[in-house]
Amino acid sequence: MLRFVLTRLSLVIPTFVGVTLLAFLLIHLVPGDPIETMAGERGIDPARHAALMKEYGLDQPWTVQYGIYLLHLLHGDLGKSMITHEPVVSEFTTLFPATLELSLCAVLFAILLGLPAGMIAAIRRNTIFDHGIMGISLAGYSMPIFWWGLLLILLFSGTLGWTPVSGRISALYFIEPTTGFLLIDSLLSDDPGAFRSAVAHLILPTIVLGTVPLAIIARMTRSSMLEVLGEDYIRTARAKGLAPFRVVGIHALRNALIPVITIIGLQVGTLFAGAILTETIFSWPGVGKWLVDAIGRRDYPVLQGGVLLIGTVVMGVNLVVDLLYGLINPRIRHRS
Amino acid sequence: MALETADPPKAIAPPHPLREFWHYFRANGGAFAGLVIFCALAMLALFPDFFAPHSPIETRPDALLRPPFWETGGSFAFPLGTDAIGRDMLSRLIHGARLSLFMGGTVVLLSLAAGVVLGLVAGFARGITEIAIMRLMDVMLTLPSLLLAIVIVAILGPGLINAILAVAVVVLPSYVRLTRASVISELAKDYVTASRVSGAGTLRLMFSTVLPNCLAPLIVQASLVFSTAILDAAALGFLGLGAQPPLSEWGTMLADGREFVLRAWWVVTFPGLAILVTVLSVNLMGDGLRDALDPKLKR
Repeated sequence: MLRFVLTRLSLVIPTFVGVTLLAFLLIHLVPGDPIETMAGERGIDPARHAALMKEYGLDQPWTVQYGIYLLHLLHGDLGKSMITHEPVVSEFTTLFPATLELSLCAVLFAILLGLPAGMIAAIRRNTIFDHGIMGISLAGYSMPIFWWGLLLILLFSGTLGWTPVSGRISALYFIEPTTGFLLIDSLLSDDPGAFRSAVAHLILPTIVLGTVPLAIIARMTRSSMLEVLGEDYIRTARAKGLAPFRVVGIHALRNALIPVITIIGLQVGTLFAGAILTETIFSWPGVGKWLVDAIGRRDYPVLQGGVLLIGTVVMGVNLVVDLLYGLINPRIRHRS
Repeated sequence: MALETADPPKAIAPPHPLREFWHYFRANGGAFAGLVIFCALAMLALFPDFFAPHSPIETRPDALLRPPFWETGGSFAFPLGTDAIGRDMLSRLIHGARLSLFMGGTVVLLSLAAGVVLGLVAGFARGITEIAIMRLMDVMLTLPSLLLAIVIVAILGPGLINAILAVAVVVLPSYVRLTRASVISELAKDYVTASRVSGAGTLRLMFSTVLPNCLAPLIVQASLVFSTAILDAAALGFLGLGAQPPLSEWGTMLADGREFVLRAWWVVTFPGLAILVTVLSVNLMGDGLRDALDPKLKR
């Protein structure tokens, strides 16, 4: 097992170095002088320009700059935002719980609906249920989620007036951030209205962000379930006279879940990409909206830091999924 | 005594590959529907001026935010209504089809060409070249696709061409990995050795011996990339990083209409519907392609 862990870790390290290089090059690949670009059309006087060049270390050769960048990185220093002058890391850690809360809710939504839908489609293969579920999930998979969000706002916030249009919680409530997860924090605040408001704000973004994973999970569950249902041991279980529910729910599901769990683990990247769009539509104060705003303001240190941090999170989750998979499945563990 | 014997029983000729492909593709109703929709969209994209009733960029100050014809206040002059500065929605949507299909097609061509070459090189060269290429692809796969595209557009600057380049780069790893994997498995086969022994050079081996045998999964992947490209390019447009106004790109139209979402439902509903229908038709065809090209699924 140790050997397996070490092999996987040794594969991650060069990738991580690659991501740092990519994040580093980001500022340097922008055509023109980064200081002038950031100053915008107003221009900047030469003395200030030279001082800023020195402050950001832009007067050094790029290899030296990369060395300095890595050194700062090892100290947890990703630079400061050019607009707010806050450290990038602290901005990220403040906003990340909002993205995490939304993503977890979306995944939960996708699993709770996707697994049963995929199972029903597999059990009732080639019936109207199967075709209906697969048709809907193909549409979900093809969905431009930024439009889907606007449609839901139009229907539920506009016409029906059931849900709020944007934000995480109504401005009436001030919640002290203890965990950063508003659902938990608002429960702790002894104000039932705050919790209700947080839930109401979460519903539409969850549906929007969960749609593509839901479609992927439903399709994967169906195909994996169909494969398992054709196995000999399922026929044996049926022949023994086990209840159909037991055969499908226990014997088949357990084995059918393995590829599904892998797919769920691989959704982190999809979720982040979706979070960028979902947070923009619902003005959700998370890292996705933060990055989009940073592009609008040409705040390159934020973009650079955000790319590195998100890359690291995705790599970390993929590594954990990989290791867990090895833990569950000895065939994977001993192959490498 | 005549030596005539009965003709040997004729072996049933195997159907032409294209014919066989069509047989399996046609059997999939969804795929056929996808093809029909896609052909209709392609017609709109090829001859937008023939189908569009108005110019896509002409503004009419006297017809702002007109609803579609079936709503009160709508008229057949603007069948799907007008946007906030009085441009005809239907004409913009039709011209948008051209942009979306153009973006999807260019992304597929660019990324397929670059990805296949990189994959072939990685599969043939092995050693340090292979490691370098595959590690680079790993780095690209680490970042969420849309984030990487955003970063590239942030570097190159927003615009239609840069958005195409960004999406083409983002989808590259899937082709490279697929090509390399099939190249490595093909290289071990006898026909490659035979070709090598008879003196075929590396380039000939790459493109004329090995590549044709790796094509089936690449074609399926290309259909997936086509739909991803349309979605991602529209997402970039929506974020203001793709095609710039006054181009009637569907994602950009959505971004323009966003602030009117509660007042004029049609300015956001139709462009998104157009994206959904296009992507759905391509994905339906992709499913059919996979069924028709995957020997495991054939009966």
